[in-house]
Amino acid sequence: MHRYIINRILLMIPTLFGVAIITFVLLRVVPGDIVLLKLAGDGGRIEESVLQQERAKLGLDKPIPLQFVDWTLGALHFDFGLSMWTGRPIVQEVAIRVELSLQLTIMASIIATLLAIPLGAMAALKQDTWVDYAIRLFSIGGLAMPGFWLGILTILCLLVFFHYLPPLTFTPLLQNPAENLSQLIWPALTVGYRYSAVATRMTRSTLLEVMRDDYVRTARAKGLAEQFVVLRHAMRNALLPVITVIGLEFAFLLGGLLVTEQVFNLNGIGKLMVEAVVRRDYTMTQALIMLVASAFVVTNFLIDLLYLFLDPRISYS
Amino acid sequence: MATTTDAVLEVAQPSKRANWRATTRRSTWVGLVIEFARRRTLGAVGAVVIIVMILIALLAGIIAPYDPLETSFLDQLMPPSPQNWLGTDSFGRDVLSRLIYGSRTALKIGFGAAFVGASIGAVLGVTSAYFGGKIDLLLERLMDILISFPLLILAVAVVTALGNNDTNVIIAITIPIIPRVARVIRSSALSIRQMPFVEAARGLGASHARLVVRHMLPNVMAPYLILVTAFLGQAMLSEASLSFLGLGVAEPTPSWGLMLRGASVQFVERAPWLAIAPGVALSMAVFAFNLLGDSLRDALDPRLRL
Repeated sequence: MHRYIINRILLMIPTLFGVAIITFVLLRVVPGDIVLLKLAGDGGRIEESVLQQERAKLGLDKPIPLQFVDWTLGALHFDFGLSMWTGRPIVQEVAIRVELSLQLTIMASIIATLLAIPLGAMAALKQDTWVDYAIRLFSIGGLAMPGFWLGILTILCLLVFFHYLPPLTFTPLLQNPAENLSQLIWPALTVGYRYSAVATRMTRSTLLEVMRDDYVRTARAKGLAEQFVVLRHAMRNALLPVITVIGLEFAFLLGGLLVTEQVFNLNGIGKLMVEAVVRRDYTMTQALIMLVASAFVVTNFLIDLLYLFLDPRISYS
Repeated sequence: MATTTDAVLEVAQPSKRANWRATTRRSTWVGLVIEFARRRTLGAVGAVVIIVMILIALLAGIIAPYDPLETSFLDQLMPPSPQNWLGTDSFGRDVLSRLIYGSRTALKIGFGAAFVGASIGAVLGVTSAYFGGKIDLLLERLMDILISFPLLILAVAVVTALGNNDTNVIIAITIPIIPRVARVIRSSALSIRQMPFVEAARGLGASHARLVVRHMLPNVMAPYLILVTAFLGQAMLSEASLSFLGLGVAEPTPSWGLMLRGASVQFVERAPWLAIAPGVALSMAVFAFNLLGDSLRDALDPRLRL
């Protein structure tokens, strides 16, 4: 058990190292040069010596392997350097945006869970009735509608029917909860609906499978009321895969809000990422991809650990 | 030698397609289609929508009322009317015509990315399962790395690296599909590797290549087909998202995602038709592929979890 945990932690290292290398190489083969873009982006002519000077300042004149070693050494103690575009420390730039993205991710996950589990269970218990069909159509609809379009429609509805536009500037939750929620609830709802779709389908299919198991028949034969059979016996076992799905979505969302943040004009990690990529801000892009990949790998690991506690039949050895 | 091998395998190999045909009692293709439509109505509805969409894409030149690229500064942001059924955009281009031509972009990139991605993924998955050991470990790690990149971010990075033309957009959308397909196919292939017919073929001296191509790959066709259909919708959504971010296909190519960018957000209150029509088209298309994918899964491999 301890060996398993240590093994899993050790396995994260090559994965994250691989992500770092791929990102590093990918960024450096990108045609287009941050220095040119930054200094001569609007078309002016710049002396070659000035460009060289800027490159040296950003450390881009060193050989690429050396740059990678420098970066890795920094990253190991959470020093990701300065943003090549703004010149400010990356940790600081990310910190002011991570609160928004994290809050949005948590809200969306809560909404997705609250939608998915009851809907999925209802669909399974009323299999092949109109309830089941309606819920399945609702959830496939969530998968089919692009998140950004749902966002546009939400804004359109608010504007047309309520003449209301959500606030545009971010207020931290603790400072003014009402203001904060009135901005973030809309993106959270659209993302939450979309992400509930996968979890709803998962709840439905696992619950259907579990309801045919022997121990459910035993529970019924004991004369237990149907609600106890479902809630105490079936649901507990059916929810394990659902937890995986919700957990993975959580990990993906942290970095997957690119489009939603664009639509609702939110200044979060996703928007920062798109900006960084477009501006060829190597250090920033690298740091953000590492952040998102680490979140994904760690969440994956935590889900597997959670399984150990939730399902005594599983032992990783 | 080859003929004996095949004869032996014909008997030993549990062919899913044969079973399915036997239960449908009809052996012609037409019969199969009718049977599928009867049993999986929703899937058949999806298939019909897809066929209609393909026809629209093929016949775009004939059915589109206007040139999708023709701008007209006198007709900017016109609401839907008998001349322009779905109105015009901020350049005075006919929205319906752009929608019709947009289906070409969506299908081309969707099919391209899903087929290439699923095929590479399937080959990697089968190879990984077949050889096991170090090759399996290595490929699995590589897939782990690729999966840790969120879908869209990887695509954004690839498009920025390569520049955004149609081929590069397909490549960008393909790469994130590969590891996801490889995982599913690998687990299907692992159980096939143990089957007697594979061992029989190996015993008869079949080469690695022959075993993989003739015996393993045909038996992961069911999950492969399901994955292609599932990722077709996904790929179309990715294309739209990339285009929406301005990193997908470039203006003035008609693309549903591109149509939702810029003006349709800016003028959402004044010209809501700009935002509604492309979204409906895109959702319907993805919806149809998802319905078909679900039904294919139920028919071919009900235990496959996607």
